[in-house]
Amino acid sequence: MKQQHLQLDHNKRLRHFLTTEGLKRDLLVEILDTAESFTSITNQQIKKVPLLRGKTVVNLFFEASTRTRTTFELAAKRLSADVLNINVSASAASKGETLLDTLRNLEAMHCDMFVVRHPNSGAAHFIAEHCAPHISVLNAGDGRHAHPTQAMIDMFTIRRHKHEFHNLSVAIVGDILHSRVARSQIHALSTLGVPDIRVIGPRTLIPADASTLGVHVYNDLDQGLDGVDVIIMLRLQRERMSSALLPSEHEYFRLYGLTKEKLALAKADVIVMHPGPINRGVEMDSAVADGEHSVILQQVSHGISIRMAVMSMTMSPKGTSQSERDA
Amino acid sequence: MSQGKKQRIHIRNGLVIDPANNINEVRDVFIAKGKIISVSSDAPDGFNADIVIDASGHVVCPGLVDLCARLREPGQEQKATIASETAAAAASGITSLCCPPDTKPIIDTAAVATLIHEKAQAAGKASVYTLAALTRQLDGASLSEMGALKNAGCVGVSNAYAPFKNNLILRHAMEYAASHDLVVHLHAEDIDLRNDGCVHEGQISTRLGLAGNPAAAETVAVSQILALIEQIGVKAHFCRLSTARAVQMIARAQYSGLQVTADVSAHQLHLTDMDIGYFNSNCHVSPPLRSLRDREGLRAGLSQGTISAICSDHQPHEADAKLSPFALTETGMSGLETLLPLSLRLMNEGLIELMPLLASLTCQPAQLLGINAGTLTPGAKADICIYDPEREWQLDSTTLRSKGQNTPMMHWEFLGQVTHTLRHGQFVFQLD
Amino acid sequence: MVLEAPNILLASMASQLQERIDSKQINNPAMVGIHTGGVWVASALHQLLAIKEPLGTLDISFYRDDFSRIGISPEVKPSKLPFSIDDRHIILVDDVLYTGRTIRAALNELFDYGRPASITLATLIVRSGRELPISADVTGTQLSLDSTQQIKLKGPEPLSFEIVELTDS
Repeated sequence: MKQQHLQLDHNKRLRHFLTTEGLKRDLLVEILDTAESFTSITNQQIKKVPLLRGKTVVNLFFEASTRTRTTFELAAKRLSADVLNINVSASAASKGETLLDTLRNLEAMHCDMFVVRHPNSGAAHFIAEHCAPHISVLNAGDGRHAHPTQAMIDMFTIRRHKHEFHNLSVAIVGDILHSRVARSQIHALSTLGVPDIRVIGPRTLIPADASTLGVHVYNDLDQGLDGVDVIIMLRLQRERMSSALLPSEHEYFRLYGLTKEKLALAKADVIVMHPGPINRGVEMDSAVADGEHSVILQQVSHGISIRMAVMSMTMSPKGTSQSERDA
Repeated sequence: MSQGKKQRIHIRNGLVIDPANNINEVRDVFIAKGKIISVSSDAPDGFNADIVIDASGHVVCPGLVDLCARLREPGQEQKATIASETAAAAASGITSLCCPPDTKPIIDTAAVATLIHEKAQAAGKASVYTLAALTRQLDGASLSEMGALKNAGCVGVSNAYAPFKNNLILRHAMEYAASHDLVVHLHAEDIDLRNDGCVHEGQISTRLGLAGNPAAAETVAVSQILALIEQIGVKAHFCRLSTARAVQMIARAQYSGLQVTADVSAHQLHLTDMDIGYFNSNCHVSPPLRSLRDREGLRAGLSQGTISAICSDHQPHEADAKLSPFALTETGMSGLETLLPLSLRLMNEGLIELMPLLASLTCQPAQLLGINAGTLTPGAKADICIYDPEREWQLDSTTLRSKGQNTPMMHWEFLGQVTHTLRHGQFVFQLD
Repeated sequence: MVLEAPNILLASMASQLQERIDSKQINNPAMVGIHTGGVWVASALHQLLAIKEPLGTLDISFYRDDFSRIGISPEVKPSKLPFSIDDRHIILVDDVLYTGRTIRAALNELFDYGRPASITLATLIVRSGRELPISADVTGTQLSLDSTQQIKLKGPEPLSFEIVELTDS
């Protein structure tokens, strides 16, 4: 189907980055390798390279997120791009201006890249389908669908610590149903060859037919953590609490919160990840969040390198072939 | 009639299929004064045709009767109009269609029903029937003036997609409609279980991160309605079934003697949630496209007779209505022009014989609506569809006549194309 | 054209560099090679000159002037400068000096790491075809080549090079 290749140009190079689903292993590895090169920039006095000089990156956020927007902004600035932050509140959208209208207006300002966050699944796909052909679209989170750069940050962190993917057991714990990060992680992990991907949570937070994503479903944390190499804790939105999905924070923490005792069920060299921000005492206690197994702060610093990598890859001129690059 | 002299027409040598009269053979059809004179091998005495149509190699059947087509008028003329959509219907062999009450304003007064009937009459391309609102303003709480609406020509009552406030109101509405001998057309969907779901809950909703509408949203509602019908003994019609399980439940109810009928939209017999691909908003429909197993269940329901009508569920939209992220787009697809070709595809795939297939497109939906249509019985209004079963064509923006270009079947190849449509003995469509 | 063996060229470069270090009274210089061939040449020189500081490596991919034409290379490697650049005498090493654009990029990248006291450019081969006002301080050999000819370096051990004709395909 046409849309499946929306992310790639005719030389199978990355054109937009909308989802980790359907991308080949080589391409995901290339993102990780390129990000690895960008990590050296933090050693420079002037933490900036001229790759995207003269380009304009628009952070188009239909959903508030200071953290994600800041890392994309920093990544773009370190690539020497000009950055425009546009927050479209729900109220402005309801004044009758459609998403397409907003898009056309921005295109008229000669932008080169849209970094899009939107509360609706498929919004980044929609924008990529309808924007001018020279524009690249990065999905910074669409509804419950995908958050591919966050997932690649986590892959980067896992590779740094575990070096290989083919022998790992990875557990993702929490609100899988509403998590775009989890979906992108699952696709990336399975493409990179992780043989045992587990999702752990109560039935109310596990999506229908979850096993069709290629994961093992556990409702019991103790069973799910048994012998895993990597634990990814998901953020639990406060509004899920005290609803029909969960009775209370207290009960959630008691059953699914990560503590030292629960951590002992995993492998001795397990790493603990969290896309942040952490609800301490809900998803995990502080002893784990700040403990020796936690790599949460590293995830944050890797975020900029991954986003620089994806930005420079998607902004590479469309349709150049491998041989032209080698010349 | 204001439309000039009614001509005498002789349709020669076509394969006449008239399910109501169990006719399935090559015959001639003779028409005069807008009515069928006879279906036979020889001309009636003294019949001199003004026009002779050679229908050799063509199928001649009653004009199709479509249980549900939204014409968007009054109130949403940016999407379509009665004139534009009845012309598209005529080009698709549809001569009678029924419009649900969710126009703007809603069909809860005789004036709105009359307006639609008059506009359709003026357009002259198809006979347009209306379903009246079951509750006032479709609020699901207070009864509409069904007696007056019936007098204004409404052929049934429905709450369209709007929910009932509770089952007690549904019970009273069904009882009141029964006392006026009006058939209640019901969309069985539990709105709480739907939970804003926009696609079938399953593998696809999980993969795309779209809110899922579980099959139970339909089956729970069907079982409640069936329990009510059993208690109060009324007739009811289930609209646009989407799940295999609901088909089984209705089959069992029919077997146990309840007066319940059901229809399905043509697209549900062909598409599944897999067709959504990557957020194809033209596949955003209500009820949602479901699993392959559900589709097979719906097909079985049709071939076994549990489902007695196939309808277009035509919902034309302006382009903007579909140009948004998936969940924000409006539901429904443009369906008039794919009703017959999608149905014929079921026959070509070996699911059903032509005669029962055409029955579900002609006399059976006519019977559900209680209208005189869908047959070639002598004396009946001459509403006729002639199609070439061997003719291949492609649906594209040049062939699509509806103002609604919103169909996921754009560029599909079809076998079987309508060449002539007659309504009341007059040509309302001729190909080329 | 007779090409001398790379070992002889490297030895000659090392003695030229030593002479320069001595005459300019450079204390504790640092050496930086440019990926990929420049790193091979640099590591040989680094050994011959017995430089104390570990060898630095630069991948100038992020500083190339042709991103808008060819994009980012999938084989980009991290730059590693395991010492401070500030007030340091740098010996920048590459395999071939041709148009000068690579050296321009390398100088820009170095200055993003700090402000060196001086930079000495050493290249194994200097060929004709300069497009920027850049010249090498220390050279192994000079070649006059047509634009259709390309120097292919193989390495790192043993280091060798050959001249190939570019085909028009």
